[in-house]
Amino acid sequence: MMQSRTPIYFALMGVLILGVGIFESWNNALFVLNFGLISAIMALGVNLQWGYAGLFNVGVVGFVALGGLSVVLTSMAPVSPAWEAGGPRALLALLVAVGVIVAAIMAWKKMAKGKVRGLTVGAILIVGFFIFRALFDPAVAAIEAVNSAQEGYLGGLGLPVLLAWPVGGLFAAGAAWLIGKTALGLRSDYLAIATLGIGEIIIAVLKNEDWLTRGVKNVNGLPRPVPYEVDLQQSETFLNLMASIGADPVTGSSIFVKLCYAALFLAVIIGLVTLMQLALNSPWGRMMRAIRDNETACEAMGKDVTARHLQIFVLGAAICGIAGAMMTTLDGQLTPASYQPLRFTFLVWVMVIVGGSGNNWGAVLGGMFIWFLWVEVEPISIFLVEIVTSGLAEDSALRDGILDRVVYMRHLTMGLILLLVLRFSPRGLLPEK
Amino acid sequence: MSFLSATKMTGGYGAGPDILHELDLTVEKGEIAVIVGPNGAGKSTGMKAVFGMLNLREGSVVLDGKDITTLSPQERVHMGMGFVPQVRNIFPTMSVRENLEMGAFIRNDDYEKTIEQVYELFPAVYEKRDQNAGELSGGQRQQVAVGRALMTQPKLLMLDEPTAGVSPIVMDELFDRIIEVAKTGISILMVEQNARQALEIADKGYVLVQGRNAYTDTGEALLANPEVRRTFLGG
Amino acid sequence: MDFLNALVAFTNFVIVPASAYGAQLAIGALGVTLIYGILRFSNFAHGETMAFGTMVVLLVTGLFQQWGISLGPLPTALLALPFGIAAAAALVLFTDKTVYKFYRRVKAAPVMLVIVSMGVMFMMNGILRMIIGTDDRRFADGERFIIRARDFKEWTGLSEGLAIRTTQVLTIVVALITVALLFWFLNKTRTGKSMRAYSDNEDLALLSGINPERVVMITWLVVAALATVAGTLYGLDKSFKPFVYMQLLLPIFASAIVGGLGSPLGAIAGGFVIAFSEITLTYAFKKVVTYLGPDGWSPDGLVQLLSTDYKFAVSFAILIIVLLFKPTGLFKGKSV
Ligand SMILES: Nc1ncnc2c1ncn2[C@@H]1O[C@H](COP(=O)(O)OP(=O)(O)O)[C@@H](O)[C@H]1O
Ligand SMILES: [Mg+2]
Repeated sequence: MMQSRTPIYFALMGVLILGVGIFESWNNALFVLNFGLISAIMALGVNLQWGYAGLFNVGVVGFVALGGLSVVLTSMAPVSPAWEAGGPRALLALLVAVGVIVAAIMAWKKMAKGKVRGLTVGAILIVGFFIFRALFDPAVAAIEAVNSAQEGYLGGLGLPVLLAWPVGGLFAAGAAWLIGKTALGLRSDYLAIATLGIGEIIIAVLKNEDWLTRGVKNVNGLPRPVPYEVDLQQSETFLNLMASIGADPVTGSSIFVKLCYAALFLAVIIGLVTLMQLALNSPWGRMMRAIRDNETACEAMGKDVTARHLQIFVLGAAICGIAGAMMTTLDGQLTPASYQPLRFTFLVWVMVIVGGSGNNWGAVLGGMFIWFLWVEVEPISIFLVEIVTSGLAEDSALRDGILDRVVYMRHLTMGLILLLVLRFSPRGLLPEK
Repeated sequence: MSFLSATKMTGGYGAGPDILHELDLTVEKGEIAVIVGPNGAGKSTGMKAVFGMLNLREGSVVLDGKDITTLSPQERVHMGMGFVPQVRNIFPTMSVRENLEMGAFIRNDDYEKTIEQVYELFPAVYEKRDQNAGELSGGQRQQVAVGRALMTQPKLLMLDEPTAGVSPIVMDELFDRIIEVAKTGISILMVEQNARQALEIADKGYVLVQGRNAYTDTGEALLANPEVRRTFLGG
Repeated sequence: MDFLNALVAFTNFVIVPASAYGAQLAIGALGVTLIYGILRFSNFAHGETMAFGTMVVLLVTGLFQQWGISLGPLPTALLALPFGIAAAAALVLFTDKTVYKFYRRVKAAPVMLVIVSMGVMFMMNGILRMIIGTDDRRFADGERFIIRARDFKEWTGLSEGLAIRTTQVLTIVVALITVALLFWFLNKTRTGKSMRAYSDNEDLALLSGINPERVVMITWLVVAALATVAGTLYGLDKSFKPFVYMQLLLPIFASAIVGGLGSPLGAIAGGFVIAFSEITLTYAFKKVVTYLGPDGWSPDGLVQLLSTDYKFAVSFAILIIVLLFKPTGLFKGKSV
């Protein structure tokens, strides 16, 4: 639902970003804008789960990371020597693992209750685990041995990078389906802890499965969907264009690249918001809200609440996955160590609550505004500290001490904003309805 | 003036509709007053109103000559009221003895005597004193619940369906105990599903319908009233 | 086949560290479970509370060391512990007054309080880092070992050494004292019983004249003490790093839930279940298997079921299994 204050708030948001452009640099302004748009998409995903279905997901970081992984697996060129060294064996091992798990579940479902069933399932899992490891370990060792300084992993499929965005959504959706299948029937704070756990595990996989992601060695040089700055700087047309508007071609090229990204991201966000608004105003969306507001009544009316929850949980996670893929594309590299829950789970929650849970425009606004603060709190605080301490000597220890600490002002600010909003305006900047 | 006199109580839960309409309830010293009526008539709500768990829009509650309309439930406990709610009336993971101790929480004097008295009144409670209250049978739980309320040595004991879900034998036994309590001079205000048996031991009976007093008389008279018999006592 | 050496290796690398870690998790989980039982929400800021108390202990320990005050063979941190507890208590009481109290008054849904605790987590996180930064710090002093591997080998003549660090024994001793005190408090004192009563049946507690605000205040005090003790023991045993305390949230919650949220006994059992599973499943059994196997033979690999980086996966898997098969936990917890 569009409210009269929605355009005003978005205009103010625009002013803030323009402010960054004027006071800092246009490069920074576009950085804030691009990451703000990505954050907005993550917030849309969480808002879908929380705002429309009341599902408490604190594993956002995991879904975002899966999106990041999808970029590597889709767009990087395959590393043929590594594939030859151990690719098929690793895949076979993974198939075996899946087979074992399926067999265990089948046995559990088919067999009669009792000791025999427990033992059989246990035996399948344990024997399966050792077969898996016997196949998997040598394959991994072989893959990781291939030119480990630069490669040491299987690479990807070498497909266009934009394809990674929907693939990222699929990855996250798949993971969400697995979690949802097991944990969605549970109480809300159990679901929270379960998602917290899955988030940690996904990050652990990304950090440690070097054959897949190179782990903490990072994957650099991911392909881009937009031109490279250096190419632009050598392009006749671009140089002429810059000359005609009197801009420096180096700065101009980097701004141009960021603008291209911004255009792509805007397209995605507009598409998503449109789809979500349509869906949420459809009978399906109304039912979702009815379930959120009174689960018991809907259950009594014969609605399959858990199945609906599963749908929305998977969809919300998919959106986070897409955002994750977009972010890794923008970064141009996958750095598994950078996925921290504080930054990618809890911060997104602040975005959703501050923006207004249950309102898509609110989520978008919250995403952009909180991201703006996350980036700008530090320079603003440094600026303030410098004014306040301007009476002190240049090399004052106190002043240096304060400036050292100012980085963490952003955590404090985020907490404070979340608490203030919850206390005084719990429905957020743009409330639902 | 009666020991408890609640007059013209009108109100409901939060901002919801009124559930009680000008309800009057009075109990004399050492007397048993019983409230009966169909399900959802507002019997429990009336009890909560007397105990200060409801914001009354109108009406007043006077206990022993003192107006307690604005007091909180805890303050009413201090004034000598004890309440056994209809549901969730024990501390399930605490031992029976601890339940009694919690009943005496507001007392600063030695309450061992009172515990002994409760044990005497309810031998089953004594037997199970070290067991968790949540593990007891329905009748035993109700005894613990009543015992807990007696620990403050109340002058007015309020019981909301003390015999809900217990067998007829246990019910008779509970009624006997309640009569014993009343004999010690404690006034009793009690809600009962088993209207006939309850009215038999009642000095005074209230029939509630839709939050209003429908009939008020002595227990005996209500039992004899053909109208009441037909509509509420099943002939 | 060398059973004794295998046993010593297993004790050295699994039983001893897991007992210490289990005790730390148990005390952490006790804090979480008490908050859940009394205030009825899952406190995401618990890791940060632990870190805050530990930070103060660390800073005061530094001061004591400067002044030359020490406990001889024991870590100076023990002397600083009361200061950490006091500081953590002040912090949580202040937080309760300024933040949580309002939501109790308006009877907010538990999930609302969880989100509120995220805000508190962020703020504590910022304060913590502004005071002490993010570095890894060690603050254990005094005697490092109670039994050294070399001495053990000399005494027993075994080829495998057993090393027991002071901090490990200290962890167990302090944990035992803490748990004994806590259970004495909860089961024997009037105030403790009133806390249990409130946790059991809030309405009836009110009817019995138990003051809820007092119960809440005492709970926070107890939780501050537990959090600081748990955090300090963990920090002494390993090291102090603010980030790690946030990561501990998962195994701590897993312990509390596995044991049954709201059940103190369950929290302790859960802590040890999680700790032993984590360490056993991520321990490389090569040494033990070598001792147990025929002479001169040794396995090719590390015989490690999971890499240590996946220890969170162990907490998680146990958590899920318990939730699926026994949703109230090993010891019957509450389900609010
Ligand atoms: N906590 C509550 N909040 C709102 N309405 C309530 C509550 N408890 C009872 N009611 C309503 O008040 C009316 C009377 O209920 P109650 O006093 O429990 O009836 P009784 O005890 O006579 O069976 C019913 O319509 C019931 O739905
Ligand atoms: Mg009733």
